[in-house]
Amino acid sequence: MSFDAALLKKDFPLLQRIINDKPLVYLDSANTSQKPQQVIDSMSHFMETTYAPINRSAYQLAAESTDAFENARSMCRTFINAPHTNEIIFTKNTTEAINLVAQSWGGANLHAGDVVVLTHMEHHANIVPWHMLVQSHGIQLRWVPLTSDGQLDLTNLDELLKGAKVFSFTAMSNVLGTLTPVKQLCAAAHAAGAIAVVDGCQYVPHNVTDVIAWDADFLTFSSHKMCGPSGIGVLWGREALLNAMPPFLGGGNMIGDVRLDGFTCAELPAKFEAGTPPITEVIGLGAAISYLTAIGMDNIRQHEKETITYALSALNERYGKDITIHGPTDPEVRGTALSFKFKDVHPHDLSQVLDQSNICVRAGHHCAKPLMRLLGANATARASFYLYNSLDDVDALVNALEGAGDLFSL
Amino acid sequence: MPGLEDLYREIILDHYRTPRNRGELAPPAVKAEGHNPLCGDEIQVYIDVADGMVRDVKITGQGCSISQSSASMMSAAVKGKSIDDIRNLVRRFKHMMSIEEEGNDSPIDESQSLGDLEALQGVVKFPVRIKCAVLSWNTLLDALNNA
Repeated sequence: MSFDAALLKKDFPLLQRIINDKPLVYLDSANTSQKPQQVIDSMSHFMETTYAPINRSAYQLAAESTDAFENARSMCRTFINAPHTNEIIFTKNTTEAINLVAQSWGGANLHAGDVVVLTHMEHHANIVPWHMLVQSHGIQLRWVPLTSDGQLDLTNLDELLKGAKVFSFTAMSNVLGTLTPVKQLCAAAHAAGAIAVVDGCQYVPHNVTDVIAWDADFLTFSSHKMCGPSGIGVLWGREALLNAMPPFLGGGNMIGDVRLDGFTCAELPAKFEAGTPPITEVIGLGAAISYLTAIGMDNIRQHEKETITYALSALNERYGKDITIHGPTDPEVRGTALSFKFKDVHPHDLSQVLDQSNICVRAGHHCAKPLMRLLGANATARASFYLYNSLDDVDALVNALEGAGDLFSL
Repeated sequence: MPGLEDLYREIILDHYRTPRNRGELAPPAVKAEGHNPLCGDEIQVYIDVADGMVRDVKITGQGCSISQSSASMMSAAVKGKSIDDIRNLVRRFKHMMSIEEEGNDSPIDESQSLGDLEALQGVVKFPVRIKCAVLSWNTLLDALNNA
C-alpha cells in the first residue's frame, strides 16, 4: 500500500472541521497531535464496556480492565523494542518521566560536584529537572554545543563527558527538527561511565524506535504527540536500574506492605505507579500504537522525509532571502519540526495572519529558551507535520505567507 | 470571525514601525522589566518621577506588533502626567481589555479621550493577544510601585 496522507486524514474527525468556510490545516503536531477515530472509539468502547479499577479487585470486570491495561503496556514494550514489559512505567508525560529519572536515580546517585551533560537544544523538560538537582544536590551541568546548521557539535564530546554520571539528550529537537545520533551518543556516554537518558517525545511518534539497538538506559515519550490521548506518557528504563532506584511518588499500588513504622515497595512496574493511573488513557495509547504500527513507522518516517524535503525547497524557492529556516538542511538528519523567521514579522503576528487561513502553527519560544537565545530570537514560528499532512498542507502554508510581510514591513 | 483589519489598525502599525520614546533612562530613573513567559516577549520600562509626575518615560524590549505598539502608545500617553492620572489610565486601559481590578468597584473616570489607545480596542476580539497588549502596562505599574 502506498502512503496516502489525504486518505489517513479521513481517520481524524477533527481535521474534517470547516472553520469560516475553510478547511483546517493543522501544522502543530510537534506541540500535540490530533486523534484518529480508532483511538477515540477505543476509549469510548472501553468506558462503555470494560472500565473498572485495575490491579485491586477480584470481579471479572476488574480482571478484564486490568488485562486491557496490561496489554497496552505490552504494546509499548514492543513499540520501542524494550527487553521486558515490567520496564514500561506509565507516567503523566515525558516531563514527569524525566523528573522521575532526575529525582529518583539522580537523587540517589548524584552528589555535589557530579556532572550531568545536556545539549544546547533541549526543551525545558530536559533542563529544569537537572537545574533542580543543581540547587538541591550541588551537581554541575555541562552543555554540548551546536553547529551552525543546528546539529550537535560533537568535536569535544569525550572531553565534555569526562567524569560525567548522566548524559541526557533529545533524539529530535522540537525547534530545529534535528535528529541526533542516539546510538553514538549512548556509546559515548557509556564509554565515559555515564548513563544515557534519551528524551524521545519528538522522535518516538515519527520513527522506528529500538532501545536495544541504541543501547540506551532510559527513554521517555508522551502519548499525546503520537495520536494518543493527553495525560499519559512512558518511562522505559533498564530493569536493573529501575530496581535499584528509590520510589518517586508514594501511595497506593506502589507498595509491597505498609506498617505504622514504614513501607516496602512493590515490584516493577507498580513501584513507580502510585495511585490510580489514567486507565482509559492507557487504553487510548495502546490503540494509538496499534494505529501507527498498522501504518508502519518506517512508512511514516518516509512520508515525513518527503514532506520536509518538499517544504524546505518550496519555502526557500518562493521566499529566498525573506525566509530563514532554522536547523539542518539535510532531510536525512531532520524530522518535521520546521522553525522559521519570515522577513521581520514577529511570530505572533505571523501566526495571526496564518490563522486567517485556518493554518495552525506554534509561535513562541517552544519551551526551549536557552536554544532561542542561541538563535538570537525570543520567539520563532514553527510548522510541524505528521502522517496526516499532505503536500497540499505545505502548499497552503507557503501560499498563506504571501502578503504577511507587507502588513508588518518596518 | 473578526478580520485582521480589526486587530492591525493603521495607527497600531505606525507605532510598531516607529515606536515612540525608545531607549533607556539612567538612574535614578526607575526601571521595571516585564516578561510574557508564554511567548518570550519582553519589555523594559524606565520612568523618571518627580513631584508626583512622570517627567519622562523610555521603553526597550522586543515582541510582537501588539505588545510593542501598545508600549509605544502607553509611553506617549503617560509622559508628563500625574501618577494619579496614570493609575486611572492604566485601569481604564485594562478595563478596555476586559481586565478588571479586583476589589475596586469605584467608577472609572472616562471623561478624557483615550486618543490613539482607542485603536487597541480590537484586541479584545482576539483573547490570546490581550496579554500582549497589557504587558507594558503591567510593567509600568511595577515601575510606579517601585518609584
